[in-house]
Amino acid sequence: MDQRVSPKPQATKGAISIRNVTKIYDPEGVNVLAVDDCSLEIGAGEVCMIVGPSGCGKTTLLNAIAGFHSITLGEIYLDGELLCGQEKPLSDQGADRVVVFQNGALFPWKTLMDNVAYGPIVQGVMSKKDAREKARHMLAEAGLGDVAEKYPGEVSSGMARRAEIVRALINDPKVLLLDEPYRAMDALTKSIMHEALLEMYDRTKVTIFFITHDLEEAIFLGDRVVVMTTRPARAKKIVEVDIPRPRDYHILSSERFRTLVQETKDAVHEEAIKAFEAGERELA
Amino acid sequence: MATVVDSPHARAPVQRSRWQKLHANTKLWRGIMAVICALVLWEIGSRWDEWVGFQLPFVGLIPPPTDVARAWGEVIFLSGYWESWYLSFKRVLGGFLAAQLVGIPLGLLMAVNRYFREIFFPPFEVLRPIPPLAWVPASLIFWPTNEMSIAFVTFLGAFFTIVINVLGGARSIDIRLLRAAQSMGASQWHLFSRIVLPGTLPSIFTGAAVGMGITWEVVLAAEMISGGGTQAGGGLGFFIWNSYMGGSLEQIVVGMISIGIAGYLSSSAIRYLGDLSMPWRRMF
Amino acid sequence: MANVDTPATAVIKQQPTGVGLAWYRFKKSLGTTTPYMTVGGIALWLLMWWLACEVWRLPRFEKMPGPVGVMSELFARQPFLGISIFTYEFYEHVWASCRRIFIAFSIATGVGVPLGLFMGWSKKFRDYTFPLLETLRPIPILAWVPLAILMFPGFEGPVIFLATLASLFVTTLNTLLGVDSIDESYFRAAGCLGSKPKDVFWHVVVPGSLPFIFTGLQISIGVAWFSLVAAEMVSGDFGLGYLIVDAYMNNVTIPMVIGMVTLGFVGWGTSAIVRLVGNRLMKWRVRALALERR
Repeated sequence: MDQRVSPKPQATKGAISIRNVTKIYDPEGVNVLAVDDCSLEIGAGEVCMIVGPSGCGKTTLLNAIAGFHSITLGEIYLDGELLCGQEKPLSDQGADRVVVFQNGALFPWKTLMDNVAYGPIVQGVMSKKDAREKARHMLAEAGLGDVAEKYPGEVSSGMARRAEIVRALINDPKVLLLDEPYRAMDALTKSIMHEALLEMYDRTKVTIFFITHDLEEAIFLGDRVVVMTTRPARAKKIVEVDIPRPRDYHILSSERFRTLVQETKDAVHEEAIKAFEAGERELA
Repeated sequence: MATVVDSPHARAPVQRSRWQKLHANTKLWRGIMAVICALVLWEIGSRWDEWVGFQLPFVGLIPPPTDVARAWGEVIFLSGYWESWYLSFKRVLGGFLAAQLVGIPLGLLMAVNRYFREIFFPPFEVLRPIPPLAWVPASLIFWPTNEMSIAFVTFLGAFFTIVINVLGGARSIDIRLLRAAQSMGASQWHLFSRIVLPGTLPSIFTGAAVGMGITWEVVLAAEMISGGGTQAGGGLGFFIWNSYMGGSLEQIVVGMISIGIAGYLSSSAIRYLGDLSMPWRRMF
Repeated sequence: MANVDTPATAVIKQQPTGVGLAWYRFKKSLGTTTPYMTVGGIALWLLMWWLACEVWRLPRFEKMPGPVGVMSELFARQPFLGISIFTYEFYEHVWASCRRIFIAFSIATGVGVPLGLFMGWSKKFRDYTFPLLETLRPIPILAWVPLAILMFPGFEGPVIFLATLASLFVTTLNTLLGVDSIDESYFRAAGCLGSKPKDVFWHVVVPGSLPFIFTGLQISIGVAWFSLVAAEMVSGDFGLGYLIVDAYMNNVTIPMVIGMVTLGFVGWGTSAIVRLVGNRLMKWRVRALALERR
């Protein structure tokens, strides 16, 4: 990984304000209340981790911010501008809020380089040549220089997921939305992915909205960990992670880390039992 | 799925009657409109010369739907019409069942036994590209009666399809299912009857559905080619050919639609049987 | 990455591609029993055929020509019955059939693929057109023969029309299924990267449905041959289907079998061409599948 000292950018954009958001799905005429009066403020450049039992509605919030689903009540603002609200229940999709998907959504028919270059080319902000140059450069920075010309089907899932994050970051987004991206990985790959993400975060200071089940991952990566209740989702508890950056895997054994994990675990455990007893099917 | 009663935002569940749902089904209405539109255009196109003076290129040569409907009304009172249905169905069923009875065991045998497959699959693959109808003259020479020649060609049509499907299906059964059974002490016969056979059922039915379509085509062709009605006459193919020879254009179209309906009924029957025998796969 | 040339890295050579890869696979397969059994299987079948028709002259089999008879005629410079690979007439028939298939397949693909893509892309369009398609599709292609003869004057017209129609249904349906098969995530990913609708169409819809499209094309060329042969047999004046029927009418069985054999061969060849084109266009799939090969 590159050891050059580059000036750490200050975060000035990407503040999300979720205010009294409610989402009701209506499958087959029977209402399903997914999110109920949820409010959350995320600062610019903050790494906000969302944890909670399965199917509690975390993905609904992400979908609302990204513009995949509409909301029923409430508003969401990005840097003071309205994303979606009463008048406009569905936000536009855009490259200022890029998503990294759970099962990976790199286009299988494009090489890693073409995948990464896709955003700038299609938005018209760079010529094809420049975009590919920049893509190649960013992939090299992420340690993927050798496989840039390969197809997603030819590389390991860890490499593919890293490439997907690069694909998001090349667009210089305000917010990076991640929906349990490392869920299907083994512990070793996961720890490498964490370090890669932190390294990319330190360079760009993009706001990160990260949904996960893994509490240790949440504390390791996040500035704040928001524990959601079972469905319908509400922010139940917010854990401030005051471990200084830059972080590496040594903090995993520190006292402070273990305390924070325990605190979060207690909060989540309560909700998990409620969800289990309700025996509800996953919203996902 | 739970509805939340205590939240101020939950609405009462909306129960819609079946009729209301039908009414709101835009997909259905668009489809109906499109078919009606097509019929109207057909009518106008066919009658163009009567109203305007000159005949339209393709559409002008075919009889209009109203004439076809009238002809159909007359024909359904003739016993010969229903006899054609019976004869065609008989041939289709005969050839189809024969193909299933020979093809399914052969396919399963090839899937299960490697040596059998490696010896018999190559000649099978060499013969498969020859269109079934190319076999008709050879079949007429070989078999003593016309009826048997038609039966043979019908059999061939469905046979190749069903074997390929069964082979593919059986070989694509998840090997973990077999290993799980083996580790629980299943005998070879058990493996076959309890796992391979049910696991191949979806492919058997797919092969049957496609084979059914081919069978109809072949029966039709055979009836048209050898029709002239000496020994093996009759059938819907003959009905169409006869109508063509006799210059009754409306009856040609009646025959076409009749065959379409007959084919649709056969496919539906197969789908129904498929659903019955594979309750775990309701989405056939 | 590693700039020290360890013994391991020295052994790993460049990955072979194209012809080299085919040669490598072929050499590797010679080590297994597979190619020998393949040859054995075909030889066995030829042997049975020969014995039944020419040596033992079993009751009905005697009326059919055996492999020796067919092969000797096929490769004869002065064929007894006028058809061999050295006669002009043979190629006339092959060319007639191939030309028709080419036209029919081109029209069917040129219309069917865009139609299917559009139907998959726009719900509204699909709601209007799909029912029409499904109403016409159950009608077997051959039921259209009399209508085709009425609508199109001459010989070529009906024959090409029937093959095109058959091919069209299959291609459109498979393309439609192809678009449906694309995972929702790819559409969302394209959306959140700032794509406009036309970008989504060209960069997601089209490449995403290619696998299904090519499966459909392989089926459709088979169907086109099927319909072509049927049509030629009923109303043709040249072509392999006509050759078979004509030989039958004149009671000469050998050209008939030659016709059948040639049909099988050419049919397989065209299917292989479609498959190869598909593999070239879908390099990503070929490479990914190669890694999974058991």
